[in-house]
Amino acid sequence: MAQEPLFEPWNDPSEKPLIQFKNVTKRFGDFIAIDDLTQDIYEKEFFALLGPSGCGKTTMMRMLGGFETPTSGTISIAGQDMNNVPPNKRAVNMMFQSYALFPHLSIYENIAFGLRRTDMAKDAIDARVNEMLKLTRLEKFAQRKPHQISGGQRQRVALARSLAKAPKLLLLDEPLGALDKKLRQDTQFELMDIQEKTGTTFVIVTHDQEEAMTVASRVAVMDEGRIIQVATPDAIYEAPNSTYVADFIGDVNLIKGTAELRVSSKPAEQTTPETLEAPADPFVDDTPRPQPNKLGEWLHDKVLSPIIGERDEPIKRLPPPSAAELTATPEVTSDIPEGGIALNWSDQHPAIIVSNGDEAQDGKALTFAIRPEKLNIAKDKPDAANALQGTVIDIAYLGNVSTYHVELKGGQMIKAQMANARRLAKRDITWEDTVWVSFTDTAGVLLER
Amino acid sequence: MKRFTWFNVTALTLGFAFLYLPMVILVIYSFNESKLVTVWAGFSTKWYGELLQNEAFLNAAWVTIKVAVFSSTLATVLGTMAAYVLVRANRFKGRTLFSGMIYAPLVMPEVITGLSLLLLFIGIGLDRGVLTIVLAHTTFAMCYVSVVVSSRLVSFDRSLEEAALDLGCSPWQAFRLVTLPIIAPAVISGWLLAFTLSLDDLVIASFTAGPSATTLPIKIFSAVRLGVSPEINALSTIMIAIVTVGVISASLISKQASLKQQRDEQAAARG
Repeated sequence: MAQEPLFEPWNDPSEKPLIQFKNVTKRFGDFIAIDDLTQDIYEKEFFALLGPSGCGKTTMMRMLGGFETPTSGTISIAGQDMNNVPPNKRAVNMMFQSYALFPHLSIYENIAFGLRRTDMAKDAIDARVNEMLKLTRLEKFAQRKPHQISGGQRQRVALARSLAKAPKLLLLDEPLGALDKKLRQDTQFELMDIQEKTGTTFVIVTHDQEEAMTVASRVAVMDEGRIIQVATPDAIYEAPNSTYVADFIGDVNLIKGTAELRVSSKPAEQTTPETLEAPADPFVDDTPRPQPNKLGEWLHDKVLSPIIGERDEPIKRLPPPSAAELTATPEVTSDIPEGGIALNWSDQHPAIIVSNGDEAQDGKALTFAIRPEKLNIAKDKPDAANALQGTVIDIAYLGNVSTYHVELKGGQMIKAQMANARRLAKRDITWEDTVWVSFTDTAGVLLER
Repeated sequence: MKRFTWFNVTALTLGFAFLYLPMVILVIYSFNESKLVTVWAGFSTKWYGELLQNEAFLNAAWVTIKVAVFSSTLATVLGTMAAYVLVRANRFKGRTLFSGMIYAPLVMPEVITGLSLLLLFIGIGLDRGVLTIVLAHTTFAMCYVSVVVSSRLVSFDRSLEEAALDLGCSPWQAFRLVTLPIIAPAVISGWLLAFTLSLDDLVIASFTAGPSATTLPIKIFSAVRLGVSPEINALSTIMIAIVTVGVISASLISKQASLKQQRDEQAAARG
């Protein structure tokens, strides 16, 4: 299978954005819903606006739909300033949170509604509606009324209706909020599929971070009318730019401390090269084994080989390590690379080593953020870049994973997540146990704000 | 629980007797042979025949129906518009005052409404007749329509209108194609309410009616002052019949609609 080229128009300076927010501010009385926001969205993107309620994500979407006008600044779609264009004159369609299906019209008429407002010919409308019914697998329900179908079907009708006019841009306002979890997951993949098939630009508003991560090509995390970070789902998760984003997306442990350069201490540790004993080669097999004689070889090669297959070649081995190799200084590869930052955060614990830390952050007050699943938890002190001792306070069993709440000496709480690869009965760590929480030198990130 | 205890039966009988005994007596006496209302002289339908010969009553009935149709239609249009603006419009200055003023005629004594309308019509030199009764009835029925329609509009999902706009409707098209069909039941019941109110209004009509146009309630009232005649009984029986048929058919229609919806929803639930 040919590798598809990466879809990232935001990294291509020659690409023209479909939607441009330029210094957009929206006030409702004294309340600032959108605060001087500038953002580009590109064609064929699946752009997610993510944030808690009241962060301005819905206002941003309603401004795209034409239901609100910016107090200042401009929004342009395909280069055209949209500030004075009413909703019915925009090549933008919206899928409403409540679906907003017209209860007095059949499913067919609901989907045809937008097309009937254009000067499209009757047969063309019919063809288009049938195409949409097929796309959303609703052919059987065409003549039913919205209250005669299930929630999942209604959601598909709403999608079909908003896609029927083939808009340049489709807005989705918490489209899956009313569905149960299983159906929501199925529908998320359906949405992505339809987005790919139709090539429409989707902007989705959601407060469900899992949903945003699943469907979106880029996620914008919003708070108080501002976009805090825009990035691909994996970048948002692995490299959040602030504690707000780290905390909003998924679970995170935050440790506050002061940064210090790590370079100076490094050479001292490495001065005496270690001498290693030559290990007994486990592959040398001295046990004598019967060897075939001439007749046996002939029998095998001429007669039996088609049936029992070729004989094994004698096993080839690397020569045993030379004396020079054995006494050589081991490379630092197994150990922590040089450079980076050490974060002093507690008198009772060693500094946290962050080898991917930016050395320019020396001396600053920083927050170390690390995801629970990147932590390892063990009873014995492990050989890891960072190991912190604590007591298990609580264990949350979630089926596939367990979350351990560990209180470190000094009171800092840490959440560690371990996959439950074994059955519960064999779990050896339990409440009140003294454990070591460990993580590598690149598992977390240092955040300035 | 026993359904028909001695107490239940008595309570029910008393209640219904209190409500319907006067009407039953009226209906019975409308078939009285005698000219005297209080003396039974055998069964007859002759008063119904005479009623049909009585031109004054027929004219009054015709005026009443005309007034009711025009005024309730006008009141429905104006009342729906007022309700729409009051529910839909974002906050504007004096919104509370305006909505309070719309509903004020509900509690205003009819005599005052009638008197003020009379003064207005005299002031602008409008001759009293069918037109003035229509205008007067529109004025007081409008607030009833507005109450009924706005209670429906409050629960109306505004995103339906936004969806219509989003799909290319002008605001007027959105109202006509989406809002109006959905609130239609409320609009129709508002119209029916206005129609009934106009039909049986006596006070305001007597202020605004002129010698050229008299409505049925005015006619009946003035006739009764000269003594109750069997003709009036017959007329009242006809009105009771019309109202009964209207109420029963309206409730049957709405019951059937809700039954149908229930069946549909059950069918949908079964998949």
